[in-house]
Amino acid sequence: MSWIDLIGFGEHGRGAILLWATGMTLAVTAASLAIGALLGAIISAAKLSASRPARWLGDAYTTVFRGAPELLIIYLVYFGGSQAVTAIGQWLNYEGFLGLPSFLAGAIAVGLISGAYQAEVYRGAYQAVSRGELDAARSIGMGTMLRFRRILAPQILRFSLPGLGNVWQLSLKDSTLVSVTGLAELMRTSQIAAGSTKQYFLFFIVGGALYLVLTTLSDRVFGFAERRVARSFRHSLGRR
Amino acid sequence: MSFDVAFLLSTFVKLVAAVPMTLGLFACSVSLGAVFALGITYCRVSGGPLLSAFARAYVFVFRGSPLLIQMFLIYYGLGQFPAVRHSLFWPVLRDPFSCAVLALALCTAGYQAEIMRGGLQAVPSREIEAGRAAGMSGLLLFRRIIAPIAVRQALPAYSTEIILMVKSTALASLVTVWEVTGTAQRLISQTYRTMEVFLVATLIYLLINFIIVRLMALVEYRLSPHLRERPVSASDGGRQGEVHG
Repeated sequence: MSWIDLIGFGEHGRGAILLWATGMTLAVTAASLAIGALLGAIISAAKLSASRPARWLGDAYTTVFRGAPELLIIYLVYFGGSQAVTAIGQWLNYEGFLGLPSFLAGAIAVGLISGAYQAEVYRGAYQAVSRGELDAARSIGMGTMLRFRRILAPQILRFSLPGLGNVWQLSLKDSTLVSVTGLAELMRTSQIAAGSTKQYFLFFIVGGALYLVLTTLSDRVFGFAERRVARSFRHSLGRR
Repeated sequence: MSFDVAFLLSTFVKLVAAVPMTLGLFACSVSLGAVFALGITYCRVSGGPLLSAFARAYVFVFRGSPLLIQMFLIYYGLGQFPAVRHSLFWPVLRDPFSCAVLALALCTAGYQAEIMRGGLQAVPSREIEAGRAAGMSGLLLFRRIIAPIAVRQALPAYSTEIILMVKSTALASLVTVWEVTGTAQRLISQTYRTMEVFLVATLIYLLINFIIVRLMALVEYRLSPHLRERPVSASDGGRQGEVHG
């Protein structure tokens, strides 16, 4: 069987399953980005808050989740989550081991890491919003929530776009480590295909190439979004 | 889950015994990666169109694909070919440690090359012109003008990359190198106390990273005396004399 057949879409080809796995990688990364966005918003608020314990907690979170190896965090979430699920099962009179679904464990673990990076992105974006505009909003009588909705949130979203692009690329690569939980994403699927056909070199090259396609495409998408958003800036910010 | 201090302490001691392996992976791969990165940066900055295209492609491939797949490609992929198994590189490519170092170094070289290029681009052209006007050229110009400015400029990004590399050494456990993460897994298979062992391992990585961040901050401080406030004292006049002398 030639290598074209192996990665093709024929009877023994792995093409279809590799493409499916690429979709799984995208899905787990997107889920982790969403979880990270929620966490990142909370943590950046904590880091910017006036209360000292909140700032300390926010700093501790970003230090731990940016300083600990991604692999360890994934192991901790997967095994810790499974222990918790098993404990709940025993409480409900179910005997035996219950595993946390690997997709959920992976999305939460990569989301926890992504949340730490996103917190820094949002914090920087908040600090980039002009103080004058906030003062102007206050002087015409906008309350805190209205100020947040009309002045802060739209600008924070725009300023954080380049940083979010970087976080997405990081999470895409971190998602390869979710393969240790057995989730059939691109890394795991390439590994299985390589092992069962003994064509390690071929399948790791193909897997790597698919990752390159993903990173290049997402680079394009974020570049497009940034250009699009730059139109709404009055100043030369983001323009060429 | 009860809090077993004696177990945590013994785990800590066992995992600390694996720290030299993690630091070895880290030191070898960062320095080898720096050597590769210097070559790539040279190709990119002063090579011809062909070398420059090679440098671009290298950075694209090694920054765009995940480290784990690069490591598996080197460890499992290359060994598949009889030609590789019979070559003189086989002793290197058969060994998990050197495969992990090679993969980590090749990957970080792509990132480091971009950091170095960024540092070089930050050198103002008028400073280079001034150096030329004063009669410096080649290595002297590089040593006295370009390198100090570029290194200072690149240092913050470089410390970030170094921290990422400490974390990346954990992947070596997946190609059977017994560094901290690998040892933690072995301890777990003996004791079945997953959370405690992994938490202690995380703590060890945080300690290593904390020390490295401190060291890099110290280096940054030492290399940027011009950004510090001058001590206001009588010795200020003498200081200016030093500059001229």
